[in-house]
Amino acid sequence: MHPAPSVILFSTLSGLGFGLLAFLGLGMPSPTGFGAFVWFTLAYLLAVGGLIASTFHLGHPERALKAFKQWRSSWLSREGICAVVALLVMAVYGAALFFADTRIIPLGYIGAALSIGTVFTTAMIYTQIKTVPRWHNITTPLMFLTLCIAGGALLSGRVGLAIPLLILAALAQIAHWIVGDRALEKSGTTLATATGLGARGDVRAFEPPHTGTNYLLKEFVFVIGRKHAFKLRVIALTLMALFPVFALMFTITGGLPGMLIHLLAALAVVSHLLGVLAARWLFFAQAEHVVGLYYGKR
Amino acid sequence: MTTLPTSTDRKLGLVIDLDTCVGCHACVISCKGWNTENYGAPLSDQDPYGAAPSGTFLNRVHSYEIQPTDAPAQLVHFPKSCLHCEDAPCVTVCPTGASYKRVEDGIVLVNEQDCIGCGLCAWACPYGAREMDTTEKVMKKCTLCVDRIYNENLPEEDREPACVRTCPAGARHFGDFSDPESNVSKLTAERGGMDLMPEMGTKPVNKYLPPRVKDRDRSEDVDILAPFLDPIATEPTGFLGWLDKTLTTLPGGKT
Repeated sequence: MHPAPSVILFSTLSGLGFGLLAFLGLGMPSPTGFGAFVWFTLAYLLAVGGLIASTFHLGHPERALKAFKQWRSSWLSREGICAVVALLVMAVYGAALFFADTRIIPLGYIGAALSIGTVFTTAMIYTQIKTVPRWHNITTPLMFLTLCIAGGALLSGRVGLAIPLLILAALAQIAHWIVGDRALEKSGTTLATATGLGARGDVRAFEPPHTGTNYLLKEFVFVIGRKHAFKLRVIALTLMALFPVFALMFTITGGLPGMLIHLLAALAVVSHLLGVLAARWLFFAQAEHVVGLYYGKR
Repeated sequence: MTTLPTSTDRKLGLVIDLDTCVGCHACVISCKGWNTENYGAPLSDQDPYGAAPSGTFLNRVHSYEIQPTDAPAQLVHFPKSCLHCEDAPCVTVCPTGASYKRVEDGIVLVNEQDCIGCGLCAWACPYGAREMDTTEKVMKKCTLCVDRIYNENLPEEDREPACVRTCPAGARHFGDFSDPESNVSKLTAERGGMDLMPEMGTKPVNKYLPPRVKDRDRSEDVDILAPFLDPIATEPTGFLGWLDKTLTTLPGGKT
């Protein structure tokens, strides 16, 4: 699948933003006054920034409002609705903290659930796609959700929670890679079933429909970077989980000056963000769409 | 509405005969010709006369080689367009309701005024039947020439999809699969019409007729009585035998 930068940025940034919103909703931390303003601005910049980035890959972004209509069948529609409702609920919750120094606890819990729900709907957009066997399994929502929650814990400074959650997210990511690498083969879809000619003998793509390329090949048969996939996976995992976990462990050993602790925490967040970006790029670049089979490719 | 109808009054679709298709691409051209100037946005081309031409097509013809274990290889031309699936995954993923399946005849269409160009329906289609137009930024797909088949301004013989009308080999057939007596239902029953990627659970309406098993020249085949026949000479005799011996004695003759 073609790794569109807007979609990678969206799922990474808004995943982190909604993770932070969830922790704010749960009261971890529970800032008031100016502190609340800073925390909520950060969370909204990430979540809304990601959502805006996602509209860049639309052919007609001016019609985006129409996407709220089909929640009964479409995960993309559900995602849009869930995101807007989560942002509105958390805006009320944040405004009460900022203006009135009041924590409306049930509203925060609802907002947290909606924030996590938004990331779940994002994951389901990919999981539902049967034509991409690498995505069409339970490891996709597990990976999206654990990364969102771990990122939220890291960004909100819950060191004790962030360390085990980051390890859990790394395990989910590894599981997604292991299951995904065998998914196309296990799906049973081959050029033989695609053409229905398999019973006659070995089928080989002899001549493509056109000498040039087309939308299908550009969108679904993206092979650049696959040869470096293993190295990129190691880099992604190191940046996403390994370095942040070690950095956080340093910060709790004690005896470090406050400045250094803050620097380490900031480095851990930046590293995590870069690692997730790399993993998300691979999520698309490595995904094989079955339509490639018609072209003798994968 | 992007929920699928539970049933459709009719099931219009195509039968494509892989035995008859000669791979001339006439259906590709007539499809593009009709559909670029009728239903919806035109089908654009990028760099059409340049070094890297590409463009939007609703119908493309692949060619595959089958290599049986005990027969010569066979070439099969394979036209591919929207199969108007009963369980169309492209319809249910659409967030705006632009993609829909018609209750009256089962045709899957895109309402281009509602299409936001997110591309998710093309992701959901296993057959590559949907292409995003680079210029118009909306999703294009086969309409089964909905603007021909009901068009009373056309002579009756032209009221079928452009690809079917133009096919010089008669490899494409149009009809109603819900009627067991229709031409397409009969052809499917007689010739073992098949689904593409049945494991995807899309229940395609369009059917493909597999190529017929070919006769082949068996004169070169080894007879089962061959072991009882005289061995065939492998060494030259007579004049050729003399020539072989003489040339072998000359310098450079032994290899």
